[in-house]
Amino acid sequence: MARAFTPKVVTANALLEGDAVWLTEDDRWTRDIAEAELLTDEAHAELRLLEAQSRAGEIADAYLADAKSGERGPEPTHFREEFRTRGPSNYRHGKQVELN
Amino acid sequence: MYTYNDFDEAFVRSRVAQFRAQVERRIDGSLTEDEFKPLRLMNGLYLQLHAYMLRVAVPYGTLNPSQMRQLADIADRWDKGYGHFTTRQNIQYNWPKLQDVPDTLEALADVGMHAIQTSGNTIRNVTADHFAGAAADEIEDPRPVAELLRQWSTDHPEFQFLPRKFKIAVSGAEHDRAVTKAHDIGLRMVRNAAGEPGFEVIVGGGLGRTPMVGKVLRDFLPKADLLPYVEAIVSVYNLLGRRDNKYKARIKITVHENGLEKIQELVEERFAAIRGEFTGFDQDLLTEIEAAFAPPAFVTKSTDGYEAARLANPAFRSWTDTNLADHKADGYAIVSISIKKHGQTPGDATSDQMRVMADLAERYSHGELRISHEQNVILPHVHQSDLPAVYAALREADLATANIGLVSDIIACPGMDYCALATARSIPIAQEIATRFDDLKIEHEIGALKIKISGCINACGHHHVGHIGILGLDRAGVENYQITLGGDGTETTTIGERAGPGFSADEIMPAIERLVKGYLDLRTDETETFLQTYRRLGLAPFKEILYPSEEKANAA
Repeated sequence: MARAFTPKVVTANALLEGDAVWLTEDDRWTRDIAEAELLTDEAHAELRLLEAQSRAGEIADAYLADAKSGERGPEPTHFREEFRTRGPSNYRHGKQVELN
Repeated sequence: MYTYNDFDEAFVRSRVAQFRAQVERRIDGSLTEDEFKPLRLMNGLYLQLHAYMLRVAVPYGTLNPSQMRQLADIADRWDKGYGHFTTRQNIQYNWPKLQDVPDTLEALADVGMHAIQTSGNTIRNVTADHFAGAAADEIEDPRPVAELLRQWSTDHPEFQFLPRKFKIAVSGAEHDRAVTKAHDIGLRMVRNAAGEPGFEVIVGGGLGRTPMVGKVLRDFLPKADLLPYVEAIVSVYNLLGRRDNKYKARIKITVHENGLEKIQELVEERFAAIRGEFTGFDQDLLTEIEAAFAPPAFVTKSTDGYEAARLANPAFRSWTDTNLADHKADGYAIVSISIKKHGQTPGDATSDQMRVMADLAERYSHGELRISHEQNVILPHVHQSDLPAVYAALREADLATANIGLVSDIIACPGMDYCALATARSIPIAQEIATRFDDLKIEHEIGALKIKISGCINACGHHHVGHIGILGLDRAGVENYQITLGGDGTETTTIGERAGPGFSADEIMPAIERLVKGYLDLRTDETETFLQTYRRLGLAPFKEILYPSEEKANAA
């Protein structure tokens, strides 16, 4: 039996900066995962991924990442995805400073 | 040191121009990521977790001061003011922007550097003993041969699409400081019965998911046969190596699956076929290169000031005890600058620190710097009378940590703080271990101990050959760290043994502390190193320390 579908977000790396971006419901690329569209339907998620991948001039390496619904919006469920929302742990570089 | 000739210069410039056009076409949408990816990888540009990463080749780990200054300027201008020195003796920038990379490559070309073949299934940057040209135990400087291999392998038409990446290391000394037995090809200089220098050729070593110690393909290869023989090996691998399975594509698997004898037979056959094509041009070129690596004009002067400073300053004395190595010239020392200050990221240097090291090299080290695979920077030729001044300047720049070869001199790959392939973080573990042992003030009592940490099975942090190796994995969505013990990356290369189940991120530091304190109880006396104790006693007592049985835990 196929595994039950778990909620996802479409994520990628921005073409110029290379940092993590997420796809919003109104087709923007956001630096804040909380603004992303949380995809709870598998077929819709696949469609959104295809749409994302067609925007090759804006991003690279789009994929579906597991996420859950949080207070502000979608939140990552895996530590790798959590690091992508924040930046490295050895310096205050990346999103942990850029978003504030 | 070797400086680019007109051919090198023209080649590197044309590659920069090509890449500039490729980046433009990627940005204007003419190239998709799938089309662009192989092009950027050919030029050392990766896409990582938070940004692009540019890996710049430092051939055989040798830099001159103007190159080091340029690396500092690049860090300031197009990155975040620092660079990361790697276990392949390269430097990586963690935050370049795509549109700036062509200018960065142009700036590298200005000082005779590039990022070509630092990625992809090609022959990668050739590494060498970081004490090359200076070590007391050296037969010959291995760098001319490494440079010859660099020129031969760069854009070699036959070897641009190998089954997998291919790494060559060269050592010219008795002691192996270049991990030659863990490379696709390791070249270890030896003398034959007649006293002539040549190479022991080792093939099929490697770390990664299937670690293997390299095997001797030829006991003694005359120097003049080096290029055709290496070409024969890579040529045989190119046809025989597996392309059906990425995990079985390295030459170590080819050797393992076909057997050393068959590889030997095929290589000798190929060698016989191509030997005649090398009509002496390679040897003429080598002679030219050797002239470029002529030893500097060492001076003879008094070392009295050095001894006096050692007596007067305990901190200086401690630093000289750990951070110096024997030099072949009288009155000289090899200085290892630790870029592993306790709590800092192993291998990272700020642009200001790079400039200080460049200035020191210019003033006190005959204009030479080296990057070691252990992620430190070397001043290879310092006269002992200059050591107090060098130390004072290093101290000023926060570069005088006296910990070379000790528990805090940890190799760590970038791990999941940067790397897209990583399964767990490495850097915070290294920071935590170094800080803890510094707090305990037992680092010098512990003595020689190599801890090496990788954030995934690919083993960039060389954990298999660490006396204590740590491998970070993802176990059901949580970072988990496995310990291996008894590894060794020198001429007595050994793959470490897995100690048992992994530890969580919170448990790994206490486990390492237990292990090291346990060793202090087990050793015969303070001259017996961790590795020696491990070899004497085996895994069992260390396992007991790492995983105390229930009763003991309750009784404690």
